[in-house]
Amino acid sequence: MFDNVWLIPLFPLIGFLINGLLGKKIKNETIIGTIGSVAVFASFITAVMIFMNLIGLPANERSVNVKIFSWISAGNFNADIAFLIDPLSCLMMLVVTGISTVIHIYSIGYMHGEEGFYRFFAYLNLFVFSMLLLVSGNNLLLMFVGWEGVGLCSYLLIGYYFHKKSASDAGKKAFVMNRVGDFGFLLGTFTLFWWLGQTHDVWTIQFTELAKNADLFPTGGIVTIITLCFFLGATGKSAQIPLYTWLPDAMEGPTPVSALIHAATMVTAGVYMIGRMSFLFIRSPETMLTVAVVGACTALFAATIGTAQNDIKRVLAYSTVSQLGYMFLAMGVGAFTAGIFHLMTHAFFKACLFLGSGAVIHSMHHALHHVHSHDDAQDMRNMGGLKKFMPLTYLTFLTATIAIAGIPGFSGFFSKDEILWQAFANPLHGSMNTVLWAFGACAALLTAFYMFRLVFMTFHGTCRIKAGAEKHLHESPMVIVVPLLILAFFAAVGGYFGVPKLIGDLFGGIPNYLEHFLSPVFANAEAYMHAHTHHAHHSHALEWGLMGTSVVIAVVGISVAYMLYMVNPDIPKKFTSAFPVLHRAVYNKWYVDEIYDFVFVNPCKALGRLLWKGFDVLVVDGIVNGVATVVMAFGGVIRYFQTGQIYNYAWTMAFGVVVIVGYYLFK
Amino acid sequence: MSNILSVMTFLPILGVLLLLFIPKESKGVLRSVALATTLASFAVSLPLITGFQTNAEFQFVENVPWIAAGPFAMRYNIGIDGISLWLVVLTTFIMPISVLSTWTAVEEHVKEYMICMLLLETGLLGAFISLDLFLFYIFWEVMLIPMYFMIGIWGGKNRLYAAVKFFIYTMFGSMLMLVALIYLYFLGTKAGITDFSLVHFFDLKVDPSTQTWLFAAFALAFAIKVPMFPLHTWLPDAHTEAPTAGSVILAAIMLKMGTYGYIRFAMPLFPEASHQFTPFIATLAVIGIIYAALVAMVQEDVKKLVAYSSVAHLGFVMLGLFAMNEQGVTGALLQNLNHGISTGALFLIVGFIYERRHTRLITDFGGLSKQMPIFATIFMIVTLSSVALPGTNGFVGEFLILVGGFESSLRWWTIVASSGVIFAAVYMLWMFQRVMFGELDNPKNQKLLDLNAREIGLMIPLLIMVFFLGVYPNPFIKKMTPAINKIVAHTRIEPVKTAKAAVPTVEDTAPHAVPTQSVNPHASQPVAAPASH
Amino acid sequence: MDNLNSYLILSAVLFSIGTIGVLTRKNAIVVFMCIELMLNAVNLTFVAFSRHLGNLDGQIFVFFIMTVAAAEAAVGLAMFIAFFNNRESIDIDDANIMKW
Repeated sequence: MFDNVWLIPLFPLIGFLINGLLGKKIKNETIIGTIGSVAVFASFITAVMIFMNLIGLPANERSVNVKIFSWISAGNFNADIAFLIDPLSCLMMLVVTGISTVIHIYSIGYMHGEEGFYRFFAYLNLFVFSMLLLVSGNNLLLMFVGWEGVGLCSYLLIGYYFHKKSASDAGKKAFVMNRVGDFGFLLGTFTLFWWLGQTHDVWTIQFTELAKNADLFPTGGIVTIITLCFFLGATGKSAQIPLYTWLPDAMEGPTPVSALIHAATMVTAGVYMIGRMSFLFIRSPETMLTVAVVGACTALFAATIGTAQNDIKRVLAYSTVSQLGYMFLAMGVGAFTAGIFHLMTHAFFKACLFLGSGAVIHSMHHALHHVHSHDDAQDMRNMGGLKKFMPLTYLTFLTATIAIAGIPGFSGFFSKDEILWQAFANPLHGSMNTVLWAFGACAALLTAFYMFRLVFMTFHGTCRIKAGAEKHLHESPMVIVVPLLILAFFAAVGGYFGVPKLIGDLFGGIPNYLEHFLSPVFANAEAYMHAHTHHAHHSHALEWGLMGTSVVIAVVGISVAYMLYMVNPDIPKKFTSAFPVLHRAVYNKWYVDEIYDFVFVNPCKALGRLLWKGFDVLVVDGIVNGVATVVMAFGGVIRYFQTGQIYNYAWTMAFGVVVIVGYYLFK
Repeated sequence: MSNILSVMTFLPILGVLLLLFIPKESKGVLRSVALATTLASFAVSLPLITGFQTNAEFQFVENVPWIAAGPFAMRYNIGIDGISLWLVVLTTFIMPISVLSTWTAVEEHVKEYMICMLLLETGLLGAFISLDLFLFYIFWEVMLIPMYFMIGIWGGKNRLYAAVKFFIYTMFGSMLMLVALIYLYFLGTKAGITDFSLVHFFDLKVDPSTQTWLFAAFALAFAIKVPMFPLHTWLPDAHTEAPTAGSVILAAIMLKMGTYGYIRFAMPLFPEASHQFTPFIATLAVIGIIYAALVAMVQEDVKKLVAYSSVAHLGFVMLGLFAMNEQGVTGALLQNLNHGISTGALFLIVGFIYERRHTRLITDFGGLSKQMPIFATIFMIVTLSSVALPGTNGFVGEFLILVGGFESSLRWWTIVASSGVIFAAVYMLWMFQRVMFGELDNPKNQKLLDLNAREIGLMIPLLIMVFFLGVYPNPFIKKMTPAINKIVAHTRIEPVKTAKAAVPTVEDTAPHAVPTQSVNPHASQPVAAPASH
Repeated sequence: MDNLNSYLILSAVLFSIGTIGVLTRKNAIVVFMCIELMLNAVNLTFVAFSRHLGNLDGQIFVFFIMTVAAAEAAVGLAMFIAFFNNRESIDIDDANIMKW
């Protein structure tokens, strides 16, 4: 069965080829959509079968390499097209194909009537293909293929409405910022390959081989350099400080794209990569601290911006950045399972939120279109009271919001609480732990606040849509609602795969399935951590206390949102006018884009222009043309000897002969 | 079929003779004959791939005396090894495509144009297969002339300036190379070489200070052709002014002549000097990568932008060559092919829109994707191959070059060069965005026609190669490997150097006691390329 | 001995006449005839020396010169005709388009 793992990425590739090459001729949306969805669903089924086979194996044998063919081999460098099946890749394949299937189905409804419908599905299939390569490749290079491939699809899909300048700008920005990260990834790969080969004569970039040789790596030093390079790659792909600014702009793409690529799957690639390389990351305390601090800062920073945005998708985008920060925080404190766990739950609830917002936008757009209004269909200030028009959407949206806010019983609670607890109790960062926890807790407060602000502004209160348009608001068709229901279901119950031991014990020993399942993958890192740090013992009371705190925080956040946006909607306005500078800074995303433009983009362009006009044209061509000019000038003087009169030449020649003969005669 | 290389190389000349007898009014016939000739040449070159034995020897060798002038015995000595094999095939592969690309673009002096194209092919092929320095030099010069005419007669507005600049730049380098070559022959006769085949010169131990000068002369000639920063300024002009097919050939094949010259002649002939020059050349290569990328970013003319991107790509190739290890050189040679394919394709693409709109300014375009979807798709794929996206050809070469560079002494250079991947994305995608995306607001662009069957047809082989080389480059690598290993072993001299230094000390301290030690260093000298015949 | 000298003197005289003619006359045909005169003076020298030294090389050279002269006459006259067609003149002063 494992030998057939190549089928998993193959199906979407076939879907891509069919839709990409023939889609224009097929024209029929149902057929195109079905091809796309079936291709991904087939992958999902295959992934489930692989998963079944995998759990049939004993835990320590759950790591299978399947080589398809040798891709590049030159000297001691060798990279295969080969797949690694282990619990981590299997879980990722399930999440990716599962959520992709749902979103593909949703897209059939959402993209209905769009120009280039086939193009959309082709790209989406290509994305799934690349993402599957990323999570299932057994070596760094193949992972990099997927890594860049998803970046490409992200570029193509963000720029789907390519005639809009903002969309194509956003696509380009995403690609370039990802490339900055890729630069780090490449350098990390080179350094890793070269160092291990040079010092230990182990020339490999294959994950299992690397993990086997993990003990050859020292603590810190070269490992810090390597892992920091990889982490730079992760910040690019997963939109962390300093490379996060592309993700909010990426919302220019169609909403299913935002849900699939920019929330559920692609942006979590960085987290996956750190998980995959956990044996290496754990060996550099500096990198771990960097990851944790960057994660915590991003979580908080993005959350602050999220509080002041009015575009429904942008709020969700910043929320995604913030939640990704949580995942990195988890990775940075050595809580790899918790990070992957949050990756999974986040995929469910954030996909649900995005698809829900898509349904809202779709409906709003439709209604505004009917009354010929040019109001922004994504601006929450134009919404309000949508609950009664779209009850099912509201229900699913609310479920996912509760999940992300961290209300006990819903998926987000389990994963987020686990991360916060690990941030507090991990043995790695000593006194920094409290700060990390505090950052995480503050971000949790803000998350609860801005998410409920979103819900209140969108679904509750009075309907602020342009008069007359509200009668055109309606619930979405089933093809859109059913995916929402599926995702909402998982957003609610997805957490029970990884119930923390503390709670599990309380309810009669519910095991933490996820931790058991993933433990072989992180065994190396865990072992190293146990050997090199002393685990401070924390009492259950403390854990319960922190858990209670985070619940309180969530409730406070929700209450504040309720107070500000339901009870007394004037307060935000007063607040805005009281602190205009602060509000403007937050609203304008702390001017980070402008700073980047000022520091990087414009100087580069200016330098390019200077080098071109200054060096190329002036210096080099100046010298070249200068030489030519000198030669021409000299020729200009002596050309007057050429009179064109034949006897002038003849006389000169005769004179020359006389001189030469004379010289020889009389010398 | 023992003279398959000669047949392949001189078939175009036969085509030229045929063209002479065709009246110049029958343009269709002229084009067809030229196309048929290049296709025939391509067909003849295919058995080279199948018949090529995967070893380091020169194959399909033809070696007969040619000019005997006193002690200098120039020979008609041709053959290919893994290094030249793919360049030869690339040439025969690109030529029919370029001929086909001018089907409608060139309407004036079709006969002369086609004659130039065919002469050019002979020159290019001849240079790649020459195993005699003098023969190489002749072909090297032969290819200049048709290209000069192609730019000068069928070029754009500023064509004469560009043509003369191209000619004089290249000629300047060739002259120095000729002097160095004659001096090398002179050294050869002194050393008692009677057969002036290239392989015999590899064994010639030129003393290091002489090597420096000879290498400098060769390197300069090749550096101009590559072109390396700061000798690159002829390229943007030549590319911009040349007709589409000229640009394609120039980018896809002619620039390869420079890098090929390094790996075939300059480096193995003067190994010590190459080592001495490595930091210098690597610095120029890396500057070229970053510099050209920055300059490309602000270009207003699409063709010029692509020309500058060539400078950046070839900077990578040079870096790979001077990494002087298997990965680096393999990557460099692959990148040679990749650049030929993707940049050739880019110039074809620019040619397509130029033919339709008679402008190449980026600002004149915008939103073409809407009007020309097939064109947009092809353009996108080629752009991505140019920015070295994994899965396309560009990635494999670039990655191997960087791996090689990282393993060699050029680690810091490589780190800087790696940032080129960011810049490449910036300038290519920005250009693509401005040309293809956005509103279709220029009324002149609203009536543009999408690619026709001929244009699609000539892009398809290139696209296939883009993916084939990207997904399964191993067949290409395998044929190259032995030859590369041989050259790398031949060029690697550090052990010899230390050994030589060690010999006197050992002998000084204990002249009798340890004879084996003083012998060992010599024994460990890498065996210089054994003669193949 | 005397014999050779007189041949050489004759040859020198002929050559000088030819040279002066080339340098001073303006009619292209006359210039051309003067050139022929110079060539034949050289021929005469060759033959004289050949005879004197008993070596046939000189006479063989004369054949070459005669052939070349004939070819030259053919090409030269053709050029003059073409020139005359353009300029209505065979004055060499008018043939000055080659100047700077």
